[in-house]
Amino acid sequence: MKEGFRQSMAWLHTWSGLLVGWVLFMVFMAGTASYFRDEITVWMKPELHGLPQARVPTVQSAEATYAYLQQHAADSPRWFITLPTAREPSASLFWTKPPPPKGAPPVDRRNRVGRAMLDPSTGQASAAARETRGGEFFYRLHFDLHYMPALWARWIVGFCAMFMLVAIFSGIVTHKRIFKDFFTFRPKKGQRSWLDAHNVTAVLALPYHAMITYTGLVTLMFMYMPWGPQAAYKDSGGTQAFFAEAFAGSAREQSKAAGRAAPMAPIAPMLAQASAHWDGADVGRIAVNSPNDANAVVTLRRADGPQLSYEQPTMQFNGVTGALIGTFGDATRPAAETRSVLYGLHIGRFGDPLVRALLFLSGLAGCLMVATGLLLWAVKERQKFARTLKQGGRVSVGLRLVDGLNLGAIAGLPVAMASFFWANRLLPLGVADRGEAEITWFFIAWGATAVLGLLRPTLRMWQAQLALGALLFASLPVLNAFTGPAPLTVSLRSGPSAVAGFDLVALALGLGLASAVWIVERKRRTSAARRAAQAAQTPQAPQQVLVASEQGS
Amino acid sequence: MRRPAGVVSAGVRYRLGVASRAVAAIAGGYGVAALSAALLALCLPPLFGTSRSEAAMTGTLASFLVFAVAVMWVFAARTALRAWSGLAIAAAPMGLLVFLLTRSTGGAA
Repeated sequence: MKEGFRQSMAWLHTWSGLLVGWVLFMVFMAGTASYFRDEITVWMKPELHGLPQARVPTVQSAEATYAYLQQHAADSPRWFITLPTAREPSASLFWTKPPPPKGAPPVDRRNRVGRAMLDPSTGQASAAARETRGGEFFYRLHFDLHYMPALWARWIVGFCAMFMLVAIFSGIVTHKRIFKDFFTFRPKKGQRSWLDAHNVTAVLALPYHAMITYTGLVTLMFMYMPWGPQAAYKDSGGTQAFFAEAFAGSAREQSKAAGRAAPMAPIAPMLAQASAHWDGADVGRIAVNSPNDANAVVTLRRADGPQLSYEQPTMQFNGVTGALIGTFGDATRPAAETRSVLYGLHIGRFGDPLVRALLFLSGLAGCLMVATGLLLWAVKERQKFARTLKQGGRVSVGLRLVDGLNLGAIAGLPVAMASFFWANRLLPLGVADRGEAEITWFFIAWGATAVLGLLRPTLRMWQAQLALGALLFASLPVLNAFTGPAPLTVSLRSGPSAVAGFDLVALALGLGLASAVWIVERKRRTSAARRAAQAAQTPQAPQQVLVASEQGS
Repeated sequence: MRRPAGVVSAGVRYRLGVASRAVAAIAGGYGVAALSAALLALCLPPLFGTSRSEAAMTGTLASFLVFAVAVMWVFAARTALRAWSGLAIAAAPMGLLVFLLTRSTGGAA
């Protein structure tokens, strides 16, 4: 667009980054939170904090889930069971309900499935816990958004991710001194400092940014780019045939129900056989097709382990006789293995808590990169209006819009996230559809901050929103102490460690936001001093100057 | 996107150029990426003996990088017209090959 390759790439970097920056910031924040979605969910269910946390043996958990499902969903066409892990102490059950008989009114989509969380030690639903989406909300938010069909959302997020990939590539090309820039930070220099901060956060975690963006696209790549499979399998069943071949043994394959009832084979021998086949690795998930039918098929999936690859081998058993049907995913092929390693890298479930903490920090660096990039655009653009502003004029509509959106997105999102946690603890327990009510509060808070930001995009507003976010986050441990059985004093000594970790991270985020308030305050003072000096020089229209320079970001 | 000088102002022309490139980058880039995915999925099996699902997987994995490079090309090109023709030059042989391969082998390459 401009003369020279590097200049045109700088142009591309600027504009592709700006257009999708706000969505990306939200995706980065929610995605970063998702590294600890299980821990967030635990924190959001204080009823479970006091319970003993002994791990129940896998076999016992599995038998308890079987018994529960036989009691509550014996006629279901499909069961899905996620067994407890060290991170999530309860078993999660999900089943589809039998289709309504012909002629009956169609059932609402939400009522076509059943869900339950099971305490594996008692075999009872952990009904004591409040209804909440927990960390799952952030996980879904970061690619399904909310209040819109998931399919649209995934296309929107994919579009933004593709822009991000372009912004990363063109950003790398823009830097001829990428290594040197990494060691360059010139604080308190206005635009230079924003540029340096953007460079440091971007380059510091560059491998991470490139990885997370590309792998994010890879997780949904067959939706975004179905043309490879479609061309290769054009005359032999299309994409469905491809999935059956590439992901043999996955729950995608369905067996037809025979329509004859038959008793189910016990699950314990299957678990033992699978675990032995996987060198002692645990079973993580169980899927049962057509339970209590003569054609029942049980699919066991290996639990998450320390391996990078997300490819989890499966074993299928005849649900009635208990005979092994086949093992899948033991020998992986190069491209499939590449894909599942990329997939595994994105979701980061392989790591121990320390590795995930590092990924979390890299994710935060990503948030900062996006935020500083957005602010840098506004700071640069404002310089074009330096003279107009001096004469008491106004900035362009575009810049004002960007200023407002920056405020609402960057300073407002922490407020919204914290409000979600506050709503989790403060809403009455009896509220109908409580999980959704918490989410509503998230969006109420975010909407309010966005509207206020658009109305008055001033440094004062930045301070107010950042301070509110700081306060809400830093006081979450206090809230937890008053509304749950495991305040920091208890959780640090005797667990649950997830609750202690959550409280400490909330405190740290609060302090981080508070330091941002302090940085803005310093900036406001310098610009106030400059304003005073200016007013002394040019006596005309002091009132308007005041309004205009108040809007500096 | 070249128009006779004097008909539209420089500012409008610049904007039209950007709009044209944006379409080229998003739609054209996607098209080139999709063709590359399909072509790799069809070509790898006969050329290297890759299995069909592996070839389809490889093509899809690579297509996002093709997409990114195509977008960069569109904005690096000196004029919008050059950007479009570059995409067309890349797409034409790929499209032709994909067309021939899906026809002659019935897709079961």
